Amino acid sequence: MELRALTALELGTAIRRGEVSIPEVTELALRRAEGAGDNAFITLTGEQAMGRARGLQGRLGEADSPLYGVPMALKDNLCTRGISTTCASRMLEEWTPPYSAAVVEQLADAGAVSIGKTNLDEFAMGGSGETSRFGPARNPWDKSRTAGGSSSGSAAAVAGGNCWFALGSDTGGSVRQPAAHCGLTGVRPTYGSVSRYGLVAYASSLDQVGPLCRDGADCAAVLDVIQRPDRRDATTVKGHYGGLLDGLTDDARGMRLGVPTHWFGEGLDAEVRAAVLSVAEVLKDRGAEVVELPLPMPGWVVAAYYAIACAEASSNLSRYDGVRFGLREEGADSPEERSAAVRAQGFGAEVKRRILLGAYVLEHYDAYYRKALGARESIGGLFREAFARCDALLTPTTPATAPLLGESAQGRMRARLSDVFTIPAALAGLPALSMPCGFDGRGLPIGAQLIGPRFGEQIILNLAHAYQRDTVWHRRRPWGGEV
Amino acid sequence: MEWETVIGLETHVELSTRTKMFCPCAVTFGEAPNTRCCPGCTGMPGTLPTVNRTAVEYAARAALALGCTVTAHTRFDRKNYFYPDLPKGYQISQLHLPLGREGGLDIGGKYIRIHELHMEEDAGKLTHGEDGLTRVDYNRCGVPLIEIVTRPDFRTAEEVIAYLEGLREILQYLGVSHCKMQEGSLRCDVNLSVRPAGSGTLGTRTEMKNLGSFKAVAQAIAFESRRQIALLEGGGTVAQETRRWDEEGGVSLPMRAKERTEDYRYFPEPDLPPIRLTKGWLDGLRAAQPELPAQRRARYQREYGLGEYDCRMLTSNRALAEFFEELAALGAPPKQAANWIMGQVLAALHARGMEPEQMPLSPRTLARLIALVEEGRLNRNTAVKVFEAVFDTDGDVDAYVRAHGLEQVGDLTLLTEVVERVVAANPKSAADYRAGKEKALGFLVGQVMGALKGKADPAAVNRLLRERLG
Repeated sequence: MELRALTALELGTAIRRGEVSIPEVTELALRRAEGAGDNAFITLTGEQAMGRARGLQGRLGEADSPLYGVPMALKDNLCTRGISTTCASRMLEEWTPPYSAAVVEQLADAGAVSIGKTNLDEFAMGGSGETSRFGPARNPWDKSRTAGGSSSGSAAAVAGGNCWFALGSDTGGSVRQPAAHCGLTGVRPTYGSVSRYGLVAYASSLDQVGPLCRDGADCAAVLDVIQRPDRRDATTVKGHYGGLLDGLTDDARGMRLGVPTHWFGEGLDAEVRAAVLSVAEVLKDRGAEVVELPLPMPGWVVAAYYAIACAEASSNLSRYDGVRFGLREEGADSPEERSAAVRAQGFGAEVKRRILLGAYVLEHYDAYYRKALGARESIGGLFREAFARCDALLTPTTPATAPLLGESAQGRMRARLSDVFTIPAALAGLPALSMPCGFDGRGLPIGAQLIGPRFGEQIILNLAHAYQRDTVWHRRRPWGGEV
Repeated sequence: MEWETVIGLETHVELSTRTKMFCPCAVTFGEAPNTRCCPGCTGMPGTLPTVNRTAVEYAARAALALGCTVTAHTRFDRKNYFYPDLPKGYQISQLHLPLGREGGLDIGGKYIRIHELHMEEDAGKLTHGEDGLTRVDYNRCGVPLIEIVTRPDFRTAEEVIAYLEGLREILQYLGVSHCKMQEGSLRCDVNLSVRPAGSGTLGTRTEMKNLGSFKAVAQAIAFESRRQIALLEGGGTVAQETRRWDEEGGVSLPMRAKERTEDYRYFPEPDLPPIRLTKGWLDGLRAAQPELPAQRRARYQREYGLGEYDCRMLTSNRALAEFFEELAALGAPPKQAANWIMGQVLAALHARGMEPEQMPLSPRTLARLIALVEEGRLNRNTAVKVFEAVFDTDGDVDAYVRAHGLEQVGDLTLLTEVVERVVAANPKSAADYRAGKEKALGFLVGQVMGALKGKADPAAVNRLLRERLG
């Protein structure tokens, strides 16, 4: 049995059936992670993982979660008690949090085994992994290319077969875009359905933790664990959570799939367009009704996102001043001097850029920030209108497949604009998923996005599940062949 | 030229909740540094604020008691600036939708308008050591505050002090704050400007901080007013700045250039959803509001016929006022009750360093004591001794009087007998008194009291002697 080809749920079943032991798969994962050469991990926690694996194996009889014993990885902006959490920044290179994020605790309660902390763009700011202090993670499909960002390491780790699922975070597309570039299924949950406690904040009103997995069913299983209100996060919302996996069906009859024609216009790679549109055909065969609608997005959508995200980031990152934790500079004559020195040394160029932009936006509150908030409201309105005519929307996830390493830096504006498909759902707080729908001429994965109404995770997961019954894109592996 | 001083006040009040505004740390005073803080109030990465509902309730009660309109939708905003005592690099405060607006306080003959009352979290405390190092203590960081901002309605330091006393009284009455300037639970910043008398425009104002007592407030106002007038009379201009009051030197010194609102980059706090205060909830708070000092004083004058001074003393503390009302309800004559409280009770509390809330003596016991005096069974001096004896244990007054045989002699026959004896034994004093020497009577009273071992009503003895001696 080729273990690394299995999905997380398949592995979980094999573990519970006694076909394979938890220490065995954990050791396999650690070995592969160490030797992968893709820079997916910043920290590997071998000893803790093996100790935990042995403990879990001993209590196998008590296993009550489908993810029990499954090795996974955590993006390094999720706090893990007693384990280095760097956010891929020099600022937190030496920092160890005394507490764990809510989602980390939840997955631990479900019996999953973390093998380490994955690489990311510094403080989750970026779309290629290249702003990481530790160098970018590499795409397992082509190591000269990016794995996407900012959850680059999480995507590379799962795609490369180093673990069976991973958690990333999505602010403007940072789970979905790496999922698309690496041939994975990744979900950005409804804003407010997953606790942000312990997720190092980038943009408070946009950040959400989400899974990167082999398929929709795995994503459903992970969401069942992490979607719940948390007293420690006042932006979490009470709701009916859980049961996504049980409620999964591949019957798409009666589902209306909206195709927003304006999203398939210029600027979209031809192969990407064809692959994404083919998803509609497959789902039609499964019984879905395809509805074409315009849904044009205003030209300022990306600008509105950056205004809000950078404004909140500039404030959230003010706490890094070298006084209580993190990088510290001695020899300063005043607190101002010390803060300035620490922040000059501790932050990379992209983080500084966004902080400056954010401070500027806030200084011109009415002209930029308040306007952007209003713009955001209207995006929500556009989606609500669309969901009166369909149950979910099918769109591309990215305009093109994974760029070469170094390409993004040359065209920063172009890189920002490439977030145009993932940003709208983030602004509107809607659940959105990316799944593999084909490969381009270079053999690079193409992702298709499904956007649902708020708390519509079951809808988009069902569509993904139906699609993945009839297709095998998600079963391809970089090391060759299909499974 | 006649000058007018115009003053506005920004008062920060620490709410006496059990825990901090946005995290579950305990609110304490005087603990060892950095022993009452957590990742949340020290701004560690990944932490988030959660609202202390009791703090919102306390703030709303304060707003209602100060006549403010309490907004149905209130929200927090971030106030961004860098300083070592502010761990997150921003303070969670309120700008756009403060909890309360447009209230006021009557300071007796003048109404001071309150522009707004809003909630915010406190910062940590910096201490500059003699070793040249500056240290930060985050125990105070995150403590719930309400900031009360008046309109520039004050014209004198006396008005300011009256306002501060009235504010403190109300907030203590509500039980929402201890309001102790020495402990920092009441802090006051004075915004002061001067202008030619009769001018309609406001002059440039300075803000003074670091005022540690009401006395300092008065002194600072006097100094700053003189300073600004002297500056302007000399042809100079007043700089808009923040100044520090130097207690020792008795002067205000420049601190930093006062920052405009834009510099704080205010924006709505994205980690905290807006709060909706329902009419039902607010009505409940209004209904549960205790009778406030001003109304209480008026009622005491009406119902108990007490004078203004007595009323002021009795209502200075809510527990004291309630003690008084219970005493009166138990039948003690209001004036007697008032005298005992303002006299013996306050003295006993003071001697023991106790607050009225901690009084061990019950109204029932004191009422009994007063009744015995009224019935003539105890004289006042003896009663005071009994008071001291039963105060700490709330002991049984009757039992104590019996056990120590303290009941005074009220029997007129016996008293007259003793008076006869004393007069007969002291013919010279009797003659002195008849000749006009009042002091002689005092001597004779003392002799009677001595014979009765002090267990008689001196007033009755005095009366009998006067009658006997003619």
